[in-house]
Amino acid sequence: MRLKESPSQTAGPYVHIGCTPRATGLAFADHDLGSSLITGSVDGTQITITGSVIDGAGDPLLDAMVEIWQADGDGQFGKSKGFTGWGRTAGDMDTGAFTFETVKPGPVALADGRLQAPHVTFWIVARGINLGLQTRMYFADEETANASDPLLCALPDPSRAATMLGHPTGDNTYRFDIRLQGEGETVFLDI
Amino acid sequence: MTMFPPRDRTWHPPALHMPYKSSRLRSPTHAPIQFPTTPAEEAGPTFGHGILGALDADLITNFAKPGEMALGPRLIVHGTLRDETGRGVPDALIEVWQANAGGRYRHKKEGYLAPLDPNFGGCGRMITDAEGRYRFTTIQPGAYPWPNGPNDWRPAHIHFSVFGHSFAQRLITQMYFEGDPLIPLCPIVGSIPSAEAVTALTATLDIEATKPMDSLAYRFDITLRGPNQTHFENQPEGM
Repeated sequence: MRLKESPSQTAGPYVHIGCTPRATGLAFADHDLGSSLITGSVDGTQITITGSVIDGAGDPLLDAMVEIWQADGDGQFGKSKGFTGWGRTAGDMDTGAFTFETVKPGPVALADGRLQAPHVTFWIVARGINLGLQTRMYFADEETANASDPLLCALPDPSRAATMLGHPTGDNTYRFDIRLQGEGETVFLDI
Repeated sequence: MTMFPPRDRTWHPPALHMPYKSSRLRSPTHAPIQFPTTPAEEAGPTFGHGILGALDADLITNFAKPGEMALGPRLIVHGTLRDETGRGVPDALIEVWQANAGGRYRHKKEGYLAPLDPNFGGCGRMITDAEGRYRFTTIQPGAYPWPNGPNDWRPAHIHFSVFGHSFAQRLITQMYFEGDPLIPLCPIVGSIPSAEAVTALTATLDIEATKPMDSLAYRFDITLRGPNQTHFENQPEGM
């Protein structure tokens, strides 16, 4: 008989104690896990991703925890020596802004051979979020690859694909705001 | 690669649960988009046992001054991390956090009048063994009031952040204590649609695992999403 997954509960307002303790001033371990994606020399283009998680009133969350998970520059997961592919942050405790220093992922093939456009998985938890929210950031300057991405092409409302785009702002930096609710609500994935 | 069937979203809390006020502005109004898992969800970050410090799984002493201990009833919490197919998930990272015995968290944004315990941080972590088992020691967390309705109290609980081997399995949840009368009154617990699912988050007293004259023990098994049952895939049809 198949078991049932443990039901989710909100991470609550104090998720940082357990997941990013040093960011709350708690002296635990020598670094917060996920604080650096790049741990050595790594191939590919180094980029910065920054943004905010915004609630239905238009206010940035100050208590979220954001994780990202992505392929390396060659489109491989967890294979690079100097690159973990996984990052997490409490964001800035005063502004809520998150920032990740990472590398631009390569395209990733599906099992059937179709190629996905470069993308970064985002996972967001916070007080008031009952089940972690998953989405992807695609790159707004990858128009050709995005146009044939299997997931973007499968969206029931293609106009919402724009909510999954990170926008270049210069210096290899991409801006990706995540809107939980309301106008411009980000597409979240059940995947 | 391993495919995962979609989550059963009727089993998990819905995004919006009106009695839990914080969910009102933080719940997407659109249903999440289903898509078959891809390499991004089937792979996942890995953590070696080498990341662990000697006291990471002992919340009684990992923040205490030398020779001192956190205040509160001493507990062993243990269980097995398995997936929906019932197989243990080895080498998986579990992180826990909790309030102290008075119901107070060590966090700069926490303002409950119960005092901090100078010897309690409230943070721990462990990696499951080859069979998926985990174990940590801590103190019984206290219940506490929180600003939601006019008089809402959280039942005693421990937060769990769990990784499997695939990012599709990523889960954060909370463990409650068998017999706590606050469980049925809590709007966060109440976001869970069924009593059966609440039971799955309720640790049971494990008298066999207690340490006599030392610590009570609670058992809490955790289940992560499991793959489609593919390990029989080489058997002929009908087997």
